[in-house]
Amino acid sequence: MSLDPNIILGLYVASIVLFILALRWMSEVRTSKYGNWSASLGMAIAVVATLLAYTIQRIDLLLGALAVGLIIGVPIAARVPTTALPQRTAMSQAFGSLAVALVGVAEYHVDAPNVPPFTMTVLSVEMILGFLTFAGSCIAFGKLQELIPGRPFVYPGKNFVSLAVLALAGIAGIYLIIEPSQGFALYILAGFALIFGFLLVMGIGGADMPTVIAILNSYTGMSAAALGFVLDNKILIVAGSLDGSSGFVLAVIMSQAMNRSFTNVLFGGVGAKVAKGTGAVAQKEARPVQSYAAEDVATILDNASKVVIVPGYGMAVAQAQHTVKELTDILQERGIDVKYGIHPVAGRMPGHMNVLLAEAQVPYEQLWEMEKINPEFPDTDVVIVVGANDVTNPAARTKVDSPLYGMPIMNVDKARTVIFIKRSMNPGFSGADNELFYLPNTWMVFGDAKKVLSDLVAAMKKS
Amino acid sequence: MSMMLDLGSQITTAAPSGPSDLLVNLLIFLMATFLGVELIRHVTRLLHTPLMALTNAISSVSMVAALIVMSESSNVTVLILATLGVALAFTNVTSGFLLVERINRLFRKKPVKK
Repeated sequence: MSLDPNIILGLYVASIVLFILALRWMSEVRTSKYGNWSASLGMAIAVVATLLAYTIQRIDLLLGALAVGLIIGVPIAARVPTTALPQRTAMSQAFGSLAVALVGVAEYHVDAPNVPPFTMTVLSVEMILGFLTFAGSCIAFGKLQELIPGRPFVYPGKNFVSLAVLALAGIAGIYLIIEPSQGFALYILAGFALIFGFLLVMGIGGADMPTVIAILNSYTGMSAAALGFVLDNKILIVAGSLDGSSGFVLAVIMSQAMNRSFTNVLFGGVGAKVAKGTGAVAQKEARPVQSYAAEDVATILDNASKVVIVPGYGMAVAQAQHTVKELTDILQERGIDVKYGIHPVAGRMPGHMNVLLAEAQVPYEQLWEMEKINPEFPDTDVVIVVGANDVTNPAARTKVDSPLYGMPIMNVDKARTVIFIKRSMNPGFSGADNELFYLPNTWMVFGDAKKVLSDLVAAMKKS
Repeated sequence: MSMMLDLGSQITTAAPSGPSDLLVNLLIFLMATFLGVELIRHVTRLLHTPLMALTNAISSVSMVAALIVMSESSNVTVLILATLGVALAFTNVTSGFLLVERINRLFRKKPVKK
């Protein structure tokens, strides 16, 4: 199909503009639907333009691949519960990064044995990024799906071993640049990159998954951009770097919200810090807490005039968002002011809580970000903490030796009463014991979040 | 066919022909990165999850790369790898955009006001 190249170029430009507009429109709820439509259209144009510009002989393979993509992709999008969005993000990153890695290998085989040094350099970087992201995303998926323990896997010299593995992958890459005909080095590169990705994410705790997911997202974009350099294709460069910077910015926002330096997260230094916290838990003495039943909570809520609900990942696990909304409705009917306080790293991916609550039809005007809700706590009657833990731990403000120290938290302890719904006394992902449990104004209600909340709703209806 | 090379495909060498091409690509890369940072910084936290799903789908633009590589060779290894690449990337394209649409609808749903 010989088409005027200017038409193809024009289509690529249109596609780039649509991608940029998509991100612009994605910045607020009012315009977000246009964001998605614009990006979808941009992608369709990019693919059609490519098919027009490059003649694919094996239409059968192309159609087969597209059919597989549809058969797997559509059910995933339609069926994944909102609570499982972090896992599905990790999984799609695994797919995406494997795709770029395999395309990199394919491109090597197209050019081999005479790969120009520039091409080989970019391809090496691209394949290392692709394979490490693939392995990392698989581990992140495993941790989020709880197939693998969320605890960071730490051992002495962890960072040294990881960096040595990465260096070996780099050496294989350099060898390929010098001797591009030595295809075996490519498999060594791929192997070490996979091991590095595995070690990197195994060493990071479940609590840091929002940051990890964002970083891996960035890597996938970077490898797509690198392919753009190899194939000299502008749309790959633009879309890849937009994705790369998006993941990077989100990772920075997440690590700032946890008061960690970005390099600390990048090099998996988090693990070491967390391990210290786990040690501290082992020595904790049994301290008394005040345990109450749902009925007791109903009476205190009856007399409240201002309530703040602080959700966390536990709400997602228990699928309690609808029951939370039901409770909110009852409270509001009685003229009680209800707000939600959302910590930036609550849940397991950026913005996860907002999606869950939106699903339960909580209007987003009721969702308050941490900086805005914190000044409200001193004159709040009751705070209900549903499945959040580390983000409410006052030790982050006071205890210098706590692994959480310095992390901005929800100051729920300043409220008159804190209702803490929790399955057990186990610490959060950080491994740190929560000081909040032992405060005189904290009421612990043990049990599954959904069960406790439905009991609470039932008790409220009776009274 | 030689006109096609202007597109920047350079099928035969698969590398920029001179430093100027590389510089142009670098410039595009840097500009897009800065633009991306500025755009993402202004996205409300409320929408970070659909944003990630969306950028994830956009990164499946690697499908374009897979298609180009597929057209470049009839070598079996290349075809297998590139076809897998197309299948994986297209899975992300479909699931990504459909999922963002689903999430966006959650945010748009008007709750019943009492």
